[in-house]
Amino acid sequence: MQRLRVLLRRTFFYLVTAWIALTLNFFLPRMMPGNAVESVLSRLEGSGPITPQAIHAMTLAFGLKTNQSLFQQYAGYISDIFHGNLGTSINYYPSSVGSVIAGSLPWTVVLVGLSTVIAFVIGTGLGTLAGWLKGSWLDGLVPFTTLLSGMPYFWFGLILISVFAVGLRVLPFNGGVGDGISPSFTMSFFASAAQHAVLPAATIVVSAIGGWLLGMRNMVVSVLASDYIVLAEAKGLPRRRIVAAYVARNAILPSVAGFALALGFVVAGSIVTEVVFGYPGIGDVLYIAVTSRDYPLMQGIFLIITLVVLLANLLADIVYVFLDPRTSEV
Amino acid sequence: MTSDVAARQVSPGISPREGKTVTGRAISALRKSRLATAGAILVGLFIIMAIVGPYVAPYNPSATSVYQLTSPSGLYLLGTTQSGQDVLSQLLSGAGSSLELGFLTAAFATVLSVVVGVPSGYFSGVAGESLSSLANVFLVVPALPLIIVIMAYLPNRGVLTMAVVISVTGWAWGARQLRAQTMSLRRRDDIVAARAIGEKTWRIMFVEMMPSLLPIIISGFLFTTVFAIVTEASLAFLGLTDVSSWSWGTMLYWAQNDQAFTLGAWWWYIPPGLCIALVGMGLGLINFGIDELINPRLKVQRNKQRGSAR
Repeated sequence: MQRLRVLLRRTFFYLVTAWIALTLNFFLPRMMPGNAVESVLSRLEGSGPITPQAIHAMTLAFGLKTNQSLFQQYAGYISDIFHGNLGTSINYYPSSVGSVIAGSLPWTVVLVGLSTVIAFVIGTGLGTLAGWLKGSWLDGLVPFTTLLSGMPYFWFGLILISVFAVGLRVLPFNGGVGDGISPSFTMSFFASAAQHAVLPAATIVVSAIGGWLLGMRNMVVSVLASDYIVLAEAKGLPRRRIVAAYVARNAILPSVAGFALALGFVVAGSIVTEVVFGYPGIGDVLYIAVTSRDYPLMQGIFLIITLVVLLANLLADIVYVFLDPRTSEV
Repeated sequence: MTSDVAARQVSPGISPREGKTVTGRAISALRKSRLATAGAILVGLFIIMAIVGPYVAPYNPSATSVYQLTSPSGLYLLGTTQSGQDVLSQLLSGAGSSLELGFLTAAFATVLSVVVGVPSGYFSGVAGESLSSLANVFLVVPALPLIIVIMAYLPNRGVLTMAVVISVTGWAWGARQLRAQTMSLRRRDDIVAARAIGEKTWRIMFVEMMPSLLPIIISGFLFTTVFAIVTEASLAFLGLTDVSSWSWGTMLYWAQNDQAFTLGAWWWYIPPGLCIALVGMGLGLINFGIDELINPRLKVQRNKQRGSAR
């Protein structure tokens, strides 16, 4: 019961946060200096003639109907969102924002999802080992993870490109699959997609690993010094069992609880990483939207990324509740 | 000195009753940490570079020349760009704006995190809970997409604007750490006593508790500095900052724009990224020392066996 209550409370929190993000998305263009549509249009004028479609798309996206009150506009905007209507893209006109996002989101979810899981597993694994062997040569390497965490993801990605793609020519570095291969359930598609994902995934994994490693190492060291571990040692339990069954399970809790922060970094890093690799995910589309001043698409992407991140956090919370025995107490 | 503190207390690592000497003790403890010292030296070198950089730069960083895309030589120590600009001069001139943005953002974000985080831990009930929820909302909303959207609307993309935008999205983690620490401090004897004799609430929060909160505040400040510098580099790389002024981020923007990576001009794109990573490493190493100060168990004691640190 306790577990259920915790999960319901968290779910409620994420729903409220989602509503705040929706509202923020609505008010952002209105809070900016001047009238949003006018200032955006005047900026667009500088880069070429404006099509009536663009004006139409923008008015729709901002829900700016001058004959309506702000509240009516807001209600219309919320109702549109619930009907899955995010407006029309300017850059990909006449495609809807929703369909552009639907085409790119799977790429990102698979790439970022897999790399995050890999980084988490390797990072916490190495962190457990370093904490267990505190003071060893392996533990001595831990300070160097600060270098990995401090470097910009995209810079590391560019170095991988220049070494493996331009220099050694062993891996592709542009796009999500080879030329002429369209997404389908065929071996050639998956093989090509996997090959194209190696370098972007390596970029995310290497850049993200340091944070997990350091956090886990510090927690393992703290837990190893606590009374129940000393008792387990005194009872003569094998070290291996102590570390796996008692230390790691307790030490991993803050890592799971700190998932929100880590995910924020991964999402930020992967947006720029996708741009570097021309990877057809949502980060690359966001970049295209920003450079082509496709405001409806930009806002739709912000909204979707936020919702996906909230969902991922909820999943992390569910994992946490089942990992932490205290939440199952009455 | 730290080991006897360690023996008596686990967290917070600094005893409250040592009054004014606490900060001094903390600094001398940090100086004993080899990692923190190395980090401080590294960061110090970059701060010096940022201050004197523009004066010692051998060339005007924007001046073009006929020596296009040359590798490092006696004439151009770090080589030249596609348009014959001196890479070293750009690196020296860019250090200032990258570090300035990092520290300015961290200062704004730290103030926000203290103002929200400490009361959220001190007050129980609705006030504390709502402040805490505010921090949690900002924590889970992904920062960079929000920053990108805001920056895309703003006509002015100067350092100050960027610092405000990045700090507004980057203060929540510090606030959460401060809340946890304040909650544990709230019931400590000296704080309860201060409340009993009618000490003003703001004084308890921001003066009495300060010595025990300070390590967490500083750690958050350094962490946010790294976050801000990397975020600026990302924004610059995407062309969302003023790319006509030099920073390490705009150097990477131009390197990418002018095909430095496919042309194999490593001397052009390695230095700015490496500088960012090294500043991040320096600040991270100082945080290492602070972590050991907050939680003395983390210290590696070479002459003792594991477990005896307790």
